[in-house]
Amino acid sequence: MKNKVSRLNRKKKYKAIVMGVSAGGLAALTAILPNLSCQMCLPILIVQHLSPGSDDFLAKHFDKLCPFRVKEAEEKELIVGSTIYFAPANYHLMVEQDRTIALSIAERVQFSRPSIDVLFETAADAYADRLIGIILTGANSDGARGVMRIREFNGFVIAQSPKTAEANVMPLAAIKAGVDKVLALEKIPPFINQITGIP
Amino acid sequence: MSHNIQNENLEIRLLLEAIHQKYGYNFKDYANAHTKRRLRHRLALSNMESYTQMIHRVIYDEDFFNTLLMDLSINVTEMFRDPWFYKKVREDIMPFLKTYSFIKVWHAGCSAGQEVYSISILLEEEGMKHRSQIYATDFNEFIIEKARNGIYPIDVMKSYTVNYQQSGGKKDFSDYYTADYDNVIFRQSLKEKVLFSSHNLVTDGVFGEMNLIFCRNVLIYFNRQLQNRVLKLFYDSLCPGGYLCLGSKESLKFTDMADKFESIAGREKIYRKKREP
Repeated sequence: MKNKVSRLNRKKKYKAIVMGVSAGGLAALTAILPNLSCQMCLPILIVQHLSPGSDDFLAKHFDKLCPFRVKEAEEKELIVGSTIYFAPANYHLMVEQDRTIALSIAERVQFSRPSIDVLFETAADAYADRLIGIILTGANSDGARGVMRIREFNGFVIAQSPKTAEANVMPLAAIKAGVDKVLALEKIPPFINQITGIP
Repeated sequence: MSHNIQNENLEIRLLLEAIHQKYGYNFKDYANAHTKRRLRHRLALSNMESYTQMIHRVIYDEDFFNTLLMDLSINVTEMFRDPWFYKKVREDIMPFLKTYSFIKVWHAGCSAGQEVYSISILLEEEGMKHRSQIYATDFNEFIIEKARNGIYPIDVMKSYTVNYQQSGGKKDFSDYYTADYDNVIFRQSLKEKVLFSSHNLVTDGVFGEMNLIFCRNVLIYFNRQLQNRVLKLFYDSLCPGGYLCLGSKESLKFTDMADKFESIAGREKIYRKKREP
């Protein structure tokens, strides 16, 4: 078992953050996204489980609340910093090696499309050890495999503490798979601000 | 670990090259993340340890190649997928197509046929069936056979029925199929005007003078270069003023064909070929 503290390399320049969230997501994201520093210059890619017929209301909603651009991820779009991308309903969100967005309607993974595993695994391939993965509240275990993949590549993984999660199944599954840090919901934004180099 | 990713990517490129040279199917211009996920899944299920082993296997074992072919084609679809799209076709496109004495429809990448039967039902309800010919194509022969059979599991009918109703369907959806214990079979008459055939968008050429082309959720699996090739193929296959329908997250934006089409319906991703100036 590796020393958990040493895995966080403060000198390392992280290139992207991926987040996975399911049941109870709106409240959790509301506690995090608007509280990130406007100097936070990384891209953040988010899978929030949604019903297949949903539109882009989440992106529109958070675009109004956040100090940076929030949008629905578009096919072949170049991923740029200071931008939050939401997976569209009924599509898997993937990251290509050249750091562009790819979408897919392939089979559901862990009963989900978009699936957190799909985002995390492809992002790990693209960003290797420069990736931060965050698992928030949720009632299934999507994301656990993705967490393992990020850590295989020496990326850094945070789970919301199950006590502060509206649904604890997803963070518990991630913790079982192995994470680097477990944080109470309100501690997550300052921690992100800190490890992404904001004073 | 990042050197391993480079090696893995190299192995995958060689695997796709082997498939291309041996079997003629070219997946080299598919979006990488997608291809890689599918291959990794197969690797995990098989007893092989690396893609290099997989190269050997695919060269010598045609059955294994057929398995990979199924892995690499996405066959997730449903009838009247995105009902609001079909509603738009029914309400805004059909009145225009009715002004023609005869129309040709190409369903490119028809998969197991769910959307082919959808459009066939729509044409029938709009009184256009006997003035139309549908060409339904896919590169995967096994899937075309499924499409031709028109047999689907009964447990998906509930969601198909909801889609049909939301799309502006005019009848009782169950009029269109006969149910068995586990499956339903769609009425033979829905196939009267459909020609199912093999066509590979990556390697094959232009297809007739079409009035309407459906190609939904296929282009997202192609890289930009291949997207441009296929869109040019569609452009050349359409009659002037013909319609091109893409998947809800696909777009002509940023492609070579952006200024060759006008957008008819933004959310539904319906485009119309401009007449030559």
